[in-house]
Amino acid sequence: MNRLFPYPFLVVLLVITWLMLAGFSVGQFLPGTLTAIMAAWGLAALHPVKPRFQRRDLLFKLAAVVFYDIIRSNIAVAGIILRGGKKAGVSSFITIPLDLRDPTGLAILAVIITGTPGTAWIDYNSARSTLTLHVFDLVDEAAWLDLIKNRYEYLLREIFE
Amino acid sequence: MNPVTDLPLWAAWLIAFFLLLGAGLTLIGSFGLFRLPGFYDRIHAPTLGTSWGTAGIVIASVIYFSVTESQLVLHPLLIGVFVTVTTPVTLILLSRAALYRDRAENNPDVPSLQLLENTSQESGSKTDSVTVHESIGTAKE
Repeated sequence: MNRLFPYPFLVVLLVITWLMLAGFSVGQFLPGTLTAIMAAWGLAALHPVKPRFQRRDLLFKLAAVVFYDIIRSNIAVAGIILRGGKKAGVSSFITIPLDLRDPTGLAILAVIITGTPGTAWIDYNSARSTLTLHVFDLVDEAAWLDLIKNRYEYLLREIFE
Repeated sequence: MNPVTDLPLWAAWLIAFFLLLGAGLTLIGSFGLFRLPGFYDRIHAPTLGTSWGTAGIVIASVIYFSVTESQLVLHPLLIGVFVTVTTPVTLILLSRAALYRDRAENNPDVPSLQLLENTSQESGSKTDSVTVHESIGTAKE
């Protein structure tokens, strides 16, 4: 916004976090706000890339999709472990070419892939923009590729690019 | 005045359900970490604990403290937020270190950098990643 309040949204979130932890009162609101404003200055000094939201409305759709997928893969991975571990050779690496370039979008994709049991973010090559994943239960490579490209990357590109 | 025995029945059932769900998934994840072979399989198991393992326990905690203190207690949700946002940092750090080590040792089970560069020429090799690269090629065309 300006030099005094570079990240107003971040300040509001930090104050809410502070109040949730310390209790909602004026005595906590003042130090919380002061800390949040100073934290925003600290962040501004790092010159991070500011996320540009094109389609904020799709964030809720993405959250719903991820919520559903995390429940589904929790059941799947728990099932595999309970059925006595796994036979060798089923899990594998896959490399996916990404069209998503936005750093915030990539960070959110990393949180989604790491947060979902069964997929792990191993390596991202920014020069070739390829993403290497490790998939716990790789039955159909094309299905995983389709999941990442069409389910997550498509939405993230709509939101950020 | 034991707050646990004063709980209404519906709350007790809900809290027990989410607490057992979260604790159960965390236990299964820890068991997987213990049992699975190899680093790259093992990193998947604790994710159960950091996703619905945490979520279940956090939801149970929100319900329990909201009912016993007769007001909405939401700060346990912050635990879920912090766990979700910070897990990728440690996981990517660990997995990249493992990948770096395996590549330095020329371990054939991990995708090497050369393999990624020569995807078009390379064919008929034994590793899984090559077949995956071919399917990527067809998907892109």
